[in-house]
Amino acid sequence: MSAILPPTERVWWKEPLDRVELLWIVIALVWCLIMFFMMPYWHVYGQQNLANEAYKTSPEAFAKKADEVIAKYKVREEGPQKIPVVKPPAGSDVYLVARLWSWQPILELEAGKSYRIHLMSMDWLHGFSLQPENINIEVHPGYDHVLTVTPTAPGKFSIICNEYCGINHHTMISPLYVVK
Amino acid sequence: MAVNRNFRTCPTTGLVFHEPAEKLMRWNAVVAVVALLIGGVLAIGVLLTRWQAVHLLQADLFYQFLTAHGLNMLVFWIIFFEMAILYFASSTLLRCRLATPGMAWVGFWLMVVGALLNNYAVLRGDSSVMFTSYAPMGAHPTFYAGLILFAVGALIACFVFFGTLVIAKAERTYHGSVPLVTFGAITAAIIAVFTIATGAIILIPTLLWSLGLIEHIDSLMYRTIWWGFGHSSQQINVAAHVSVWYAGAAVVFGAKPMSEKVSRTAFLLYIFFLQLASAHHLLADPGLTSNWKIFNTSYAMYLAVLASMVHGLTVPGSIEVAQRQKGFNNGLFEWLRKAPWGNAPFVAVFISIVGFGFLGGISGVMMGTEQLNLIIHNTLYVPGHFHATVVIGTTLAFMGLTYFLIPVLFRRKVAFGNMATWQAYIFGISMSGFSVFMMGAGTLGAPRRHWDISFAGNPFGYEFPATAWLMIALMGIFGVGALVGGAMYLAITVYSVFLGEKIQTPDFATVSAKRGMAPAPQPVAVGATGHGAGVGAWGMVAPGTFVLALVFLTSFVLYYFVNWKYLSTVWPLR
Amino acid sequence: MANTTESNVPGDDVLEEPVPAMQQLLDNPFLLLFIGIAVPTVLYTIWGVMEIVNLPIAK
Ligand code: HEM
Ligand SMILES: [Cu+2]
Ligand SMILES: [Cu+2]
Repeated sequence: MSAILPPTERVWWKEPLDRVELLWIVIALVWCLIMFFMMPYWHVYGQQNLANEAYKTSPEAFAKKADEVIAKYKVREEGPQKIPVVKPPAGSDVYLVARLWSWQPILELEAGKSYRIHLMSMDWLHGFSLQPENINIEVHPGYDHVLTVTPTAPGKFSIICNEYCGINHHTMISPLYVVK
Repeated sequence: MAVNRNFRTCPTTGLVFHEPAEKLMRWNAVVAVVALLIGGVLAIGVLLTRWQAVHLLQADLFYQFLTAHGLNMLVFWIIFFEMAILYFASSTLLRCRLATPGMAWVGFWLMVVGALLNNYAVLRGDSSVMFTSYAPMGAHPTFYAGLILFAVGALIACFVFFGTLVIAKAERTYHGSVPLVTFGAITAAIIAVFTIATGAIILIPTLLWSLGLIEHIDSLMYRTIWWGFGHSSQQINVAAHVSVWYAGAAVVFGAKPMSEKVSRTAFLLYIFFLQLASAHHLLADPGLTSNWKIFNTSYAMYLAVLASMVHGLTVPGSIEVAQRQKGFNNGLFEWLRKAPWGNAPFVAVFISIVGFGFLGGISGVMMGTEQLNLIIHNTLYVPGHFHATVVIGTTLAFMGLTYFLIPVLFRRKVAFGNMATWQAYIFGISMSGFSVFMMGAGTLGAPRRHWDISFAGNPFGYEFPATAWLMIALMGIFGVGALVGGAMYLAITVYSVFLGEKIQTPDFATVSAKRGMAPAPQPVAVGATGHGAGVGAWGMVAPGTFVLALVFLTSFVLYYFVNWKYLSTVWPLR
Repeated sequence: MANTTESNVPGDDVLEEPVPAMQQLLDNPFLLLFIGIAVPTVLYTIWGVMEIVNLPIAK
């Protein structure tokens, strides 16, 4: 009879549907399918897709590769902690190390060029949040995540941590430069 | 079989209560409200810190408050209340004795001890790990132990619920199929069993790890399995509050489901697919392929979204039909204009439906789209979204249910006249503003769980756009409104339960089930079949609802493609 | 309901129309419980864990 009483009909499965429900189900289903196929569609025709490329590795191995890149392409140091700034050649592999509570090195990239950026944490989870672009990616310890990124316009950007990582979480920020 | 069954029939509603079940409902509801009180007090600190113009708490206290706010609200308030709903939907609606009340009490006390232990861990100050407690950030062992005890207690309650279904069937306390609301509760309980089992798989090793008995917990494994628990528990809420919507329509309007078949099949889609969506928390993570992400985040082709869209139509639709049969049959919207806008349970359920659909539902699909997640993950958009789902959707629906249950369970009048109605409006509208502005700030990149987005004193600062700051300030103002609404709820509930005017029940008597039970609640007499009873327009029984549904769809489609447009402007990435 | 106890003679509904399979499924909470656990366990948990376990190791 009502939703808090058992159905009056013993067999309710065969009751006819009203037109409202039928029409709405069809419309909603079509919309659901459109939303579903939008995702594979964007993998084929869209520009912004999160890479599937990832490897298991150890913090030591990752830090070693990062240090090699810093040694090769360092151009200067910045900030009171003298964080190295690297300017890697286009197309190269760059390692960005997240740890409590800093990002290293600072990257200087060229607009319009692509880079393979490896993201990994040395300790806990961190969040790579590139502002003001607003690209947000989870950074795990033990998983080397390889993104191919193409900065579009020159400017000063910031990487802030947006995965809670303890008491100084809100201090974990680094610049990222894009030059012509 | 035991025949020691004490029932009473509620003189106002005709509902039949098994006294042991009723007592469990009361206690679970009371503890739930206590958790809401604690969570609400903590919300003051959290809100006034995020509102940077005030910036009330120091960083350590802020993160501690935030952890406790999340846990007390999301876990303890909601799940205690849901236990009461499970007992109501099984024992009361099936007019059946509750299976093993003793076990139900064991479950209840385990939950209470678990909640206390977990709160103790957070209070210690060394467990400010957020309710997600992502390993390898570790909390005190009592943090996990508390959650595990709580989960075991909840699991026991689920089995008491299933046991009651078995008894009801065996003792033939109802004919044919269970009521739709009970079916919704079954859906919630099924999801709960999966949720708790998954929780055990991840929390038990984490407990052992915190005790030093296990060397290592992998962060990605943790997040994958933890969200099977963390998100599924939100799906319990969805199933539960959708059931409350149906119950509200039935109680306030005597509305009959438009079609049992459609509504139950929609719940079936929840059972099949709702829990897969846990994957939307992992869209920005490495190591899981797009295949897994797309299939799971979309609930296998959005079939659970389809189900929610169906419920979103059929609940107001059934109300429209009931109203039209009462004679409000003119034009498209007379049924809505003449709805009882002064009736607190109705207002709460109505705002819950609209807010959950327009704000929570649409934003949830955005975040759950693989690529769109890139511009949303871990920003304030996320808590903006879930305050729309779990606060406007679930909490407000439960508040409405409370106003219905106070007279029924506690036999007291709801205190302070029509303040309850005002409460529903104030809380619902403020919370909507709060969520919207939070999402706005998130769209501009402001992070969640962040003590200071001004980065004061940091050599590498970042300045968020002025609009983001404006959004945060508006969020603060509407948040204060929501706090006022929450406080009103607590005041009304606590006062009514302890000091409210008693409802006199002269002919009250406890009857044993053997002597037969009171008659069923009187359904509205008109148009018994509901269908084709000569109401509606355009060959539809609920044309007004259909128009509203199309408005909803249009906003959904527009907002969806606006987000894709926005995504297409950010740096190419592959 | 009071009168239900009288009608519980086995087989008193043999003449009634059979209940369709879908309705029988919806009326069977334990079958639904099984489905509701099996589906996400396989599609979400097991599939997901397999992907993580099978990730290659960085050179
Ligand atoms: C009474 C009004 C409420 C206000 C003003 C409020 C305010 C807030 C604020 C400002 C945050 C912090 C967001 C951040 O920094 O990331 C937050 C987080 C949260 N709130 Fe509320 N809230 C309220 C009610 C509720 C209710 C009723 C629930 C659940 C039923 C809830 C669940 C949560 C959860 C789960 C979090 C996330 C905690 C975390 O990120 O770990 N809130 N709330
Ligand atoms: Cu961090
Ligand atoms: Cu952080």
